[in-house]
Amino acid sequence: MPGAAGAAGAPERLPAPGMWATYRMIAGMWIRSTLAYRASFAMMLVGNFLVTAFDFVVIALMFSQVRSLGGYSFAEVAFLYGTSTTAFGLANALLGSIDKLGARVRDGTLDTLLVRPAPVLAQVAADRFGLQRLGRLLQGLLVLGGSLLALDVHWTVLKALLVPMMLLSGTAIFCAVFVAGAAFQFWAQDAAEVQSAFTYGGQTLLQYPPTVFAKDMVRGVTYVFPLAFVNWLPALYVLGRPYPLALPAWFAFTPPLVAALCLILAGQAWRVGVRSYRSTGS
Amino acid sequence: MSSRGNSVAKGWRAGLGSRALVSMTGEGAFVRLYGVVAAGGFRRYTTYRVATAAGVFTNTVFGVIVAYTYIALWDQRPNLGGYDQSQALTYVWVSQALLMTVNMFGGGFADELVERIRTGDIAIDLYRPADLQLWWLSADLGRALFHFLGRGAVPLAFGALFFDLALPTTPGTWLAFLLAVLLGVVVSFALRFLVALSAFWLLDGAGVSSLVSIAGLFFSGMLLPLNAFPGLLGEVARALPWSCLLQIPADVLMGHHHGTGLLGAYGFQLGWAALLLGAGRVLQSAAVRRVVVQGG
Repeated sequence: MPGAAGAAGAPERLPAPGMWATYRMIAGMWIRSTLAYRASFAMMLVGNFLVTAFDFVVIALMFSQVRSLGGYSFAEVAFLYGTSTTAFGLANALLGSIDKLGARVRDGTLDTLLVRPAPVLAQVAADRFGLQRLGRLLQGLLVLGGSLLALDVHWTVLKALLVPMMLLSGTAIFCAVFVAGAAFQFWAQDAAEVQSAFTYGGQTLLQYPPTVFAKDMVRGVTYVFPLAFVNWLPALYVLGRPYPLALPAWFAFTPPLVAALCLILAGQAWRVGVRSYRSTGS
Repeated sequence: MSSRGNSVAKGWRAGLGSRALVSMTGEGAFVRLYGVVAAGGFRRYTTYRVATAAGVFTNTVFGVIVAYTYIALWDQRPNLGGYDQSQALTYVWVSQALLMTVNMFGGGFADELVERIRTGDIAIDLYRPADLQLWWLSADLGRALFHFLGRGAVPLAFGALFFDLALPTTPGTWLAFLLAVLLGVVVSFALRFLVALSAFWLLDGAGVSSLVSIAGLFFSGMLLPLNAFPGLLGEVARALPWSCLLQIPADVLMGHHHGTGLLGAYGFQLGWAALLLGAGRVLQSAAVRRVVVQGG
């Protein structure tokens, strides 16, 4: 490419910015724009914090009535909640705007992004970057921190390392779900809400112990749609709890692999989606 | 937008030029105008069939997740909040069924109204020979009916099929439930109308609207039945307007209110509806005085 530029009087091409540079540039622009309405932004940040805080308040309310849920103590459920919410919060902050893709396909604004010399995925992901989404992340981190203090766990180096590992791979798995969901919207533009069942639904599911749910659901999110790798498998290892399915213990350490696999598959789905995209022409 | 414009134009031609004309041509024309608006609200949402199917899917998935957490909770504390386990499960599925009908997440007409206030299009709405609040209420009632049928029926049927629910067998109770839902929608509208009007002062209404819808999500009992809230928090939550949206309709469906108790529940909903709609009118007239039409 660079060799071809400038040949035979062709206009000199600027190098196309990479994925991350594009993302940073657009996200930065939206952050500045968000900060223009400061009062509204402050309220949205608080709102975003509260919406997930209320999720946790509900769990606290449940535990004001009972001592354990599905055999798990408050601190243990808080640990699951904290890891699930933090991983999802990070993925949501990074890629949350991507579920607007269907709307872009419908109204034709995706075409604008396609002709720009920058990766489309980065443009779609950074579009309308919502700084207020950090509210959710912050809230998840607070609960996670609190649960780590309250947990009665015999910590080992391995278990301590598992915590950041599951947060990062959990984020990656949720990111893959976001991208795959967006790719799906190339075909079904109006079906954005299906994605919520797996993103928001997945986050809610993982906030509770697997013992609460039917075995078939646990099987489904372990073998078919691998949400269990976000936190259930590694977290249950940390808590010293048996996983409801007969899986060898080393499965607790596989989330990075599963996350990588998910990202590859989601990336493929995205590419297929972009390639099969036909503009509405409007 | 254009369908709305058309119906106004038709109304105008039919002699509904102003409120004075409306009263001259009588109640019939008045009902007809807002009936057309409501029908438009209904029709508008029927267009998005794939979105409706997607929403039904998501509501059902959430219903299943929440149902299992409630089973775990009621296993530990049978009779929590005066519900047995099948009533708790009924509550879960009614809440998923009503989620969109009472517009628990906000948005809908409110976002549109805020946008019109922000861009100044509201000046056109104020020029129209129709009352602003009634106009949006009618459109929202049409939308609510669609969401009740399109988004409510399937999750509730799914819940009834796969879980042990305590649904009533007498048609009277179902009718009483429908009335409670209708009043819940009106209270929900009145709340969101108030919030939307705040955009006259704040310009960007997103912050207030997200705060209020979060408060609504919690205090409506969407996350946990208000009956199961402990002590004072429960009492406060049950007295707030949001309890009209879900808790009261669900309790009416499960036969918790009958006779004078049922009238009391309706009275509570009507009281909040009147108070909030009245507040909306006061705020509206204050806001209208602020509007400066720039022309152009």
